[in-house]
Order: sequence, then C-alpha cells, then structure tokens
Amino acid sequence: MRLKLVPQNTSFDFFSRWKAWLGISGALMIVAFVSFMLQGLNFGIDFRGGTTIRTESAQVIDVGAYRDAIAPLELGDVSITEIFDPTFGPDQNVAMIRIQAQEGAEAVSAATVTAVEQALKAAAPDIEFASVESVGPKVSGELIQTAVIAVVLAIGAVLVYIWLRFEWQFALGAVAALVHDVILTIGIFSELQIRFDLAIIAALLTIVGYSLNDTVVVFDRVRENLRKYKKKDLKEVLNISINETLSRTVMTSVTTLLALISLYILGGDVIRGFVFAMIWGVIVGTYSSVFVASTILLWLGVKRDWSKPSNTSGNQFANIDA
Amino acid sequence: MLQIDTWKRVLIWLVCVTGLLMALPNAFYTRVEQSNDAKVEIELGIDTPELQAEAAQWPNWLPSSLVNLGLDLRGGAHLLAEVKVEDVYESRMEAMWPEIRDALRDERATVGTIRKQESAPDEIRVRISQPDGMSRALEVVRGLARQVQTLTGVGATDIEARAEGDTIVVQLSEAEKLASDDRTVRQALEIIRRRIDEVGTREPTIQRQGAQRILIQVPGIGSAGELKEIIGTTAQLTFNPVAGRGTDPDAVPGIGQEIVPSIDETGVYYTLESAPVVTGEELVDAQPSFDQNGRPAVSFRFNTSGARKFGDYTLENIGAPFAIVLDDEVISAPVIQSHIPGGSGIITGNFTVEESTNLAVLLRAGALPAGMEFLEERTIGPELGQDSIDAGQVATVVAFVAVLVFMGLSYGLFGVFANIALIINVGLLFGLLSLIGATLTLPGIAGIVLTVGMAVDANVLIFERIREELKSAKGPARAIELGYEKALSAILDANVTTFITAVILFAMGSGPVRGFAITLGLGILTSVFTAIFVTRLMIVMWFERRRPKMIEV
Repeated sequence: MRLKLVPQNTSFDFFSRWKAWLGISGALMIVAFVSFMLQGLNFGIDFRGGTTIRTESAQVIDVGAYRDAIAPLELGDVSITEIFDPTFGPDQNVAMIRIQAQEGAEAVSAATVTAVEQALKAAAPDIEFASVESVGPKVSGELIQTAVIAVVLAIGAVLVYIWLRFEWQFALGAVAALVHDVILTIGIFSELQIRFDLAIIAALLTIVGYSLNDTVVVFDRVRENLRKYKKKDLKEVLNISINETLSRTVMTSVTTLLALISLYILGGDVIRGFVFAMIWGVIVGTYSSVFVASTILLWLGVKRDWSKPSNTSGNQFANIDA
Repeated sequence: MLQIDTWKRVLIWLVCVTGLLMALPNAFYTRVEQSNDAKVEIELGIDTPELQAEAAQWPNWLPSSLVNLGLDLRGGAHLLAEVKVEDVYESRMEAMWPEIRDALRDERATVGTIRKQESAPDEIRVRISQPDGMSRALEVVRGLARQVQTLTGVGATDIEARAEGDTIVVQLSEAEKLASDDRTVRQALEIIRRRIDEVGTREPTIQRQGAQRILIQVPGIGSAGELKEIIGTTAQLTFNPVAGRGTDPDAVPGIGQEIVPSIDETGVYYTLESAPVVTGEELVDAQPSFDQNGRPAVSFRFNTSGARKFGDYTLENIGAPFAIVLDDEVISAPVIQSHIPGGSGIITGNFTVEESTNLAVLLRAGALPAGMEFLEERTIGPELGQDSIDAGQVATVVAFVAVLVFMGLSYGLFGVFANIALIINVGLLFGLLSLIGATLTLPGIAGIVLTVGMAVDANVLIFERIREELKSAKGPARAIELGYEKALSAILDANVTTFITAVILFAMGSGPVRGFAITLGLGILTSVFTAIFVTRLMIVMWFERRRPKMIEV
C-alpha cells in the first residue's frame, strides 16, 4: 500500500473563488507593506553596520550585569539577547550582543571591541567570545545595494527566460507570483522582527527559485494541455493542469519541507532565521504558483492559435534520451 | 523500447563511481587532512617517522582533495580592507618636490625665486616671484613628466602642471592616478600575502575585491585583531634628515617639515624633513642581529639605487643626525659618523630580541605602500565552527532519512531507485565540491539539505507522469518511456530557472552566501543528472531482468 497524500484523480475547481484568493493575497501584501513601512526590518549588522559579539559561558547569563558592564563605555544603542537552543549543551549559555555603528567611524574600531570584551570579562570571568563580527557603514550600504540588485536581477532574468520559453502572459503570471512571495517573506520578517541579514537575501533568492520551479511545472502542463484540449476554455485547461500536477506539487513541497524542518530544529541557531525564511517561502511559493500565477494567467488570457504544430511528445527536448 | 546503449551505461556508472571516489576523502576528513599536511612537509624535505606514519594514513592511489571548510565552520578571521591609495599620491608629491625645486632653481633668471606653499597633500604649489616667467616655469615642470603606459591614453604623462596666478600647481594626472592605484593595491596584496605566509597558516584566502579592496581570510587564527597585527596596518619605513629635536609636540614645523614623536624617549619630538632620503621599499634584506654592545638590533641592506642615495647622503652630511622612522615614529636618530658606501647598515634602538626579529620580518616583507582601512572584520571561534558542523551533520542525516523513508513509502520500488539516486547525488555533489576546491560554509550545508529535499523533485515529476501514462493503459514499458519523455521539459525549465538564481547569487554574493550558491547550483546539476540518467538506467536494468507485465509506481 502506498502513501498517498493526494488522491489519484482530483478535480478541484481552483478558480471558483479566485477573487477571494487574490483578495487574501492582496490583503496579506498590504499588511506586509504596512508593517514594513511602520516598523521596518530588524536589520543585522550586514546591512546597518555595527558589531555583534557572541558570547558563551558556563555561568547563567545575567543580561542586566552585561548591560551594566557595557554601559560606561557609552556606545549608544546596545542590544543584548540571550539565545536558547535545543542543540546547546547543559553548561552552554549563549548571548548575542549587538552594538550600533559608532558615529563618524568609517572603519571598525578595534579599540571598541577590546574595551567591550574586557568589560564583559570583568562581569563574567569565564566568558568566551565565540564570534566577533564588525561591519563598517560603508560596506553595509553597499551590501544593501547589492542585495536589492541581486533580487531584482534574479526576477528580471526569470521574466526573460519564461517569456522566451512560454508566452509573455506566463512570464507576467510567474513574476507576479515571485513578487508576491518576496513581499510576503519580507513582510513576515518585518512583522516578527526576525533579524534580517545577508543570508536572508540568499534565502529570498532561493525562494524565488523554488516558487518558480513550482510555477514552471504547472505552466509546462498548461502549455501541453492547451495543445491537447483545443476546444476547452482556458479556465478548464488550467484546472485540469493544476489537478494533474497537484500530486507532484504536494510531494515535492513535503520532501523539501521535511528536509528544511529537520534543519530548522537541529541545525543550530546560527542559520535558524535563514531556514525559517525558506520554510515560509516553500509554503508561500507553493500557494502562489497555484493561486497567484495561474489566476493571473487566467485573467490575462492566452493566445490559443499555436503556430507550432502540436506533436505528441510535446516539446523540443523530447528527443534527448539516456 | 527501453533501450540504453552499452557505452552510455558504462559512462553513467563511470561518472557515478568517479564522483563517489572523489567524495570519499571527505568521509575521513581529519585523517586525510593530516595525511595531506604530512605529505606537503615531506616534500619540503622534512622527513620524520611520525610524518611518514601520518602520511601513510591515506593511500596515495586514492583521491585526496577535500572540500575546504569555510571560516564559519573552521573558525578564523576575515578582514575586508580598503587600501588608501591617496597615501601614495602624497608620497609621490613629496618625492617630486626636490626634483621640481632643482629644475626651477636652474631657471632662476626667468622665474625668480621660488617658494613652496601650503597645499593639499596630493599636490604641490610653488609660487614664483616673477610671474612673467610662468610659461617657462610650466615648460620646465612639464619637462619633468614621464610617459604613462595605459591601455587607452596615448601620450599621457604622469604629472600635470597648471598656473594659478603666480603659483604653479602640480598634480598627478588622472591616468597616472589610475595606474598608481592599481600598482598600489597589487603591491599591498603581495606584501600581505608574504607576511601571512611568513607566519605559515593553512590556506589563507587573499583576494583583490573591486578596485581598492583586499579580502583576507585566514582559517585557524585567533582573532581579526591578531591578523591585523600580522598585516601591520601601515608599516612604512623611511630614513629622513633631522632638522631639530625638541619636547614640544605643537611646535610649528617649517614648510616641507614635520614633527614626529620618538618611539622610546617619551616627550621627545623630532622635526624632520618630510621628503625621505631613502624608503623601506629600497631595502633588499633585513636580519635581526646585535650591535657592538651586544644589544638586539636589525641589520639591513639597500638595493643599488637605495645604496647610492644613502651613500651620497651620508657622505655629504657627516656629523648630522639622521632619523629612522617607522610608522610615523622615530625608532632612532643616530648621528652619521662616516660615509656609508655599501648600502648596508644597522638599526639600533631599545629592542628586545623578539622586537628586533619582528621588525626584521616587517622590513623584509616590505612596507605596505599605503595605509589600510578595515571595513569589515569577523572572528569566528573554532568551537562555534565545530558546533555548526555537528549540528549541520545531524540535520543533514535526519533530513536525508526522512526524505528516504517518505519516498520509499510513496513510490515503493521506484522510490528505492530514487533513493539510491539521491545518495549518489549527494556523493556526486561532494565529489564536485572537492574537485573544484570549493569552500563549504554553513549556508552551504543548508544548500545541501535543500538539495536533498528538492533533488527528488525531478524523480517525482517523472514518477507522477509514469503513473498518469499507466492510467491510459499503454503497458509498462511504454508508460516509463513516455513518463521520462514528457516530464523532461518541465524538469529542464524548472531547473534552469533555479540555476539562474544560483548563478546570480554566486555573482553578487560574497563569503557564506557564495558558498550557498555553489552548493545549490552544483546540486541542481547533479540532481538533474541522477534523475534523468541514473534512475532511468536503474529502472531500465530492473525492467530488463524482470519484464513485469504490470508495474505499480
């Protein structure tokens, strides 16, 4: 007996409430946007400069004592958070200290770091500094720029690729889904104030890739079915295509999520934010390829008079064999 | 119908076996690493039984390249430095001044007396007392210019001179600035490399980034601070004439002079001529040694041009004091006792043996041509790195098992084929990473886990398609064939788009993010290969043996 997450033959109507789905997506995007405008993102030092120090000690961490130790140095905004993680040993108490970029200093001041380290040593003698990272404001500004360019480039490149391989309506549908995913991901980082650093940009791009993967698989089937069912209207063809690929969509999402969730739980706190972004992205990406990309495609309509002769194997790569 | 040529079968298995062999050393990381290190030492001529034993831990006939571990996994220090190329303009201008002065003095009849004016550091301003002689003066100064070799600029010269009223302003030309910047950064890169090699750490990464930046990553070093000490931010050695000695740090120096503190006599300040007689760049050798009183010292030797300048100067200035300046501090200011013609000398000061050794290393490696500004510093402790590796390993194994079980449950025998392919896939990925000497970072591990999750996608696409084709009752062989054929375009389109994003990530990202892009990109390649070739071959081989009338996918 096989494990079947999706029954053999499904015939869900994915577009009966398409207005509602688009409405929900639109509303979520507005929430994301408002949250972004109101509270912004909790940028890590990669993007706003400053220093983070990760400390470890066998003693229980007293955040107040740390704060008092650093306060006399007058470093401006200092945030100290204790980190808890199932992967830590019993005597492993970890804290993250973040110090804002110092006024007027273009580069990183080694003296500041040393002073902080000494102050903390005085407060907690057995403290160890697992990592110390400083980024100057000059670089952080550039990193934001590069990150934005990377995301825009990725979306642009994908737009062109899909346009070439399909039709422009498909490209727009796919890109709408991507923008939807990226905005919702940034939105949840803003809403939950999870630290947003360089790795999250990598996660964003991966989400772009994943969501696209899903969308392309559905679109590929739509393209095939448009040739197969020349008489059926677009909505019907879309529904057939999504139902046919539904089992695959769910399977792949589940295996990817299985892998990601184990990484989320067991992979340690250093990459947890990164993995969280990807988990969220997989969920949103799967949703968007059905409810956003396809709906937009339905809305835009597709040219049906395929000039290319329809062949049963369906595509130009079909003559590759192993 | 389901046919694969024998040579293709052989090729596919060969690729798999090669990939897995390449990946094998990573399974015995510490052992292979020790063995590799020992072999390097033996090649250098150091041969002890212990080294031989370590080298023998891994047989020679097996591949021995490993995946490099990134800083976030191994621990170490990362620095991003910007070279202050403007520093060089300043020293160039300082060196230019005596030349300009002498040339204009020869033309005293037409230009009158000349006087150097206060100016920005990257230019020289000279006022002449007879403004009528300006055109002649400019001609003379321009005559000092040298040709610059550039790709585009034909006839570009290294300096530009223009008149502002009765003042001549001399600056480096744009072409020369560009050429100079490039030289400076390359020189700095070379010097940093030599200094880090001198300390002898494993596999440092020293790369130029953009026009003015240098990225330095050294695994296994204690902290970024330590690394900065090794690099020595601005170790610039110069030999300057001494104009005076006093105790007032705020004394007003004459034009072309500067006040420099003494390194070991507190409260003593020297007034020096800013234009050095000789600089550390002209040193060819420096060794720790002892002076005649048995105190630690550093002996040095100049190259020929340095030796000549040094010889001429000492001949003309016997009895005058002379300062040895390191990083804007006077190490010592001996009085010139006699003409020193050979170009070698000795620096004495209140050194300890260790200090004199360090100074010698610093001098031998050469001074950095310009100062550095550190834009980014990261130190990662080795324990944190090890924790990350451990956590990453556990997570990868669990992810792997979860996906294997799930696939087995969902697709039965075909799921098992996909699982074997998945294992081969991860093996190939590690093999490729070792082959190209890629660096594995923590996000890179995440990339592998993601690959494990996504790699089955291609197989899922195919299996689902075979299921569909089976419904239209075409017989198992035909269904398998159609399944592969029809799923192919979706697989390719889906993976090409993901690959595009991986390429963009690689091009735009740095450090850990780049590590992620590499594993993601290579993971896509290996997963497509295993899905459309390896699983297919397995299914075909199984099919040929069993010839089932019915298959269940």
